[in-house]
Amino acid sequence: MENFIDAFFNIDIMRQATPLLLRGAWVTLQLCAVVIVLGLSGGLALSLLASSKNALLRLPAFFFIDIFRAIPPLILLILIYAGLPFVGVRVSPFIAVCIAFLLNNSAYFAEIFRSGIKSVGRGQTEAARATGLSPAQTQAYVVLPQAIRNVLPDILSNVVEIVKLTSIASVVSLSELLYSANMARAVTYNSSPLVMAAGLYLLVLWPLVRVISRFQRGLSITS
Amino acid sequence: MDFFDAFLNPEIIATYLPALVRAVWVTVWISVLVVISGLALGALLAGLRAYQKRWLTLPIVLFADLMRALPPLVLMLILFFGLPSVGIILSDWFVLYLILTLVLAAFVEEIFWATMTSLSRGQWEAGQATGLSFLQVLVHVIFPQALRMDIPQLVNRSLTISKMTAYGSVIGVKEIVSVAGSAQAFSGSATPLTMAALAYLIIFFPAMLLSRYIENRFHYEH
Amino acid sequence: MAAQPRPTLEITALEKRFGETQVLNSIDLKVRNGEMVFVIGPSGSGKSTMLRCCNRLEEPTSGAIHVNGKPMLGITRKELDRMRLRVGMVFQGFFLYPHLSVLKNVTLAQRKALGRPKAEAEARALEMLDKVGLKHKANAMPGELSGGQQQRVAIARALALDPQVMLFDEPTSALDPELVGSVLKVMRDLREGGMTMIVVSHEMQFAREAADRVVFMDGGVIVEEGPPEEIFGNPKSDRLKAFLSRVSGHAA
Repeated sequence: MENFIDAFFNIDIMRQATPLLLRGAWVTLQLCAVVIVLGLSGGLALSLLASSKNALLRLPAFFFIDIFRAIPPLILLILIYAGLPFVGVRVSPFIAVCIAFLLNNSAYFAEIFRSGIKSVGRGQTEAARATGLSPAQTQAYVVLPQAIRNVLPDILSNVVEIVKLTSIASVVSLSELLYSANMARAVTYNSSPLVMAAGLYLLVLWPLVRVISRFQRGLSITS
Repeated sequence: MDFFDAFLNPEIIATYLPALVRAVWVTVWISVLVVISGLALGALLAGLRAYQKRWLTLPIVLFADLMRALPPLVLMLILFFGLPSVGIILSDWFVLYLILTLVLAAFVEEIFWATMTSLSRGQWEAGQATGLSFLQVLVHVIFPQALRMDIPQLVNRSLTISKMTAYGSVIGVKEIVSVAGSAQAFSGSATPLTMAALAYLIIFFPAMLLSRYIENRFHYEH
Repeated sequence: MAAQPRPTLEITALEKRFGETQVLNSIDLKVRNGEMVFVIGPSGSGKSTMLRCCNRLEEPTSGAIHVNGKPMLGITRKELDRMRLRVGMVFQGFFLYPHLSVLKNVTLAQRKALGRPKAEAEARALEMLDKVGLKHKANAMPGELSGGQQQRVAIARALALDPQVMLFDEPTSALDPELVGSVLKVMRDLREGGMTMIVVSHEMQFAREAADRVVFMDGGVIVEEGPPEEIFGNPKSDRLKAFLSRVSGHAA
């Protein structure tokens, strides 16, 4: 037992690692802010294309969505970070993560928005057009607000997935939370910093996960 | 030309193809194992939760929350690097398999549970009124209905978690990413990475189309 | 005095409380073999709760319930499952299993709870479906049936287990008016076949014609009981009079 506490919950080591981990957490937060905004905007744009009646817009959008949902974000990230220099393009780890996440998250958010758009009945579009709104106005003022409300739980759970996913940035040496914790582990030969990092993730994500569970149950009962 | 030389060099493809095929095999069988055991464990947990006993519900909810809130990569590193210092040594592939199974089980449990609670109370009562035991109602009445409604979600979640086998590269499992990574380092070419991406496309693109088909099918049935 | 035969269903001093609220208060009711007892009363009078206590979908707070002399209360889970086979139940909402065919709906409990072999269970199911006039729908899915047909399948599902008493909880309340008749006809046939039944329902006309005895409940107690002609023709208590005038007012 003592052995176990020493290996995973060593207070001294946690205290030493705190400044490093807090800096890492700050990077993770910044990263989350950027990639979530990028993913939401990319996903919204893609979902509008994928919901279009024009096959020339719709099919490429679907193709994009399916490709980037099929490739694991980790290999995408490595390909961008380690591959681009071969054609003379050097990107910082932060930019590489942003590009990889933009491609991956847009595809996921697009699927969510698309099912939201599908959930809004045709009658809504027809009613809006009948009152003289343009197609773009119909989408912006009538369809999307309802669509987004309908898929809010899915959006929230994808946000949780993205926050967790930022931990893969450690693979390209971006000094976010997991990278910092793993550094501290390597230096101290002790896993307590990793446990501490887990605690920090929990601090933010546990409440969100609870909310999502509530959400899902509430929705399923009314439907 | 430059581009093809860097990303799709035929010689390098030929050299590393056998190793990569072996790696694809590793990825596939770990994924299959994870999906089978994750679905089974998740269903079991949801079934146990249905008994509504506090001492069962509490640990199940706690487990499902933790596994859904923690990044799998963090869990893998803790297990892989932490356990040896308390005398437990698990092989790399087993750590990968174990964590992904637990994470999938947590999501599956939540998916099932949400649907089970949404089924009308009358389904439980009709079963019990005809003399079926609680377990029989669960197995013959509740689960088949929940499973049918949840198939799209279960397929999607299983695919997402299967792709996380790529995390195995971080702890040295000889799956696609790790084999491609070392091939890239040896060859000084980005071609193995492209090959890895293509390998995933070959495995998962049809799976994505399948899940789209299933979603539509089940969408219209209801 | 001749010795009374033992009642098929006997409810003794039944009480049910939800927290502070007393839903059922010292209910005593005996139902003889082959008797059809109608339970009427305003909503919230506790009549459905009483019915649901009889197979313990609702847990009584105290009292006793016996089916052919065997207790429903104070028994193990396993014994309860076995006792529930003797008590058939038909719900307002039908509650057929939507994922199983009509035939499978009727065979499931026969096979899993009674342990009947497949062939026997299916033969019995077809016999019961024939009885409710739906043999030709054996392979249909519940979603393809009308409400009235679903309710008749639900009756066949309960009958196939050879219950000693059948409980009907507002069996026609969820049906369109034109479908009510088919379900009432099945219930009338059952009565003629000698089935013991307790029916909670608002079908006053049917109660008048078919019931052996009518029980009027209000505020968790049995206020009045008697043969239908007495209850409807010569109500004694003010509460029953008020209830009947309200109901007939509705019908008019």
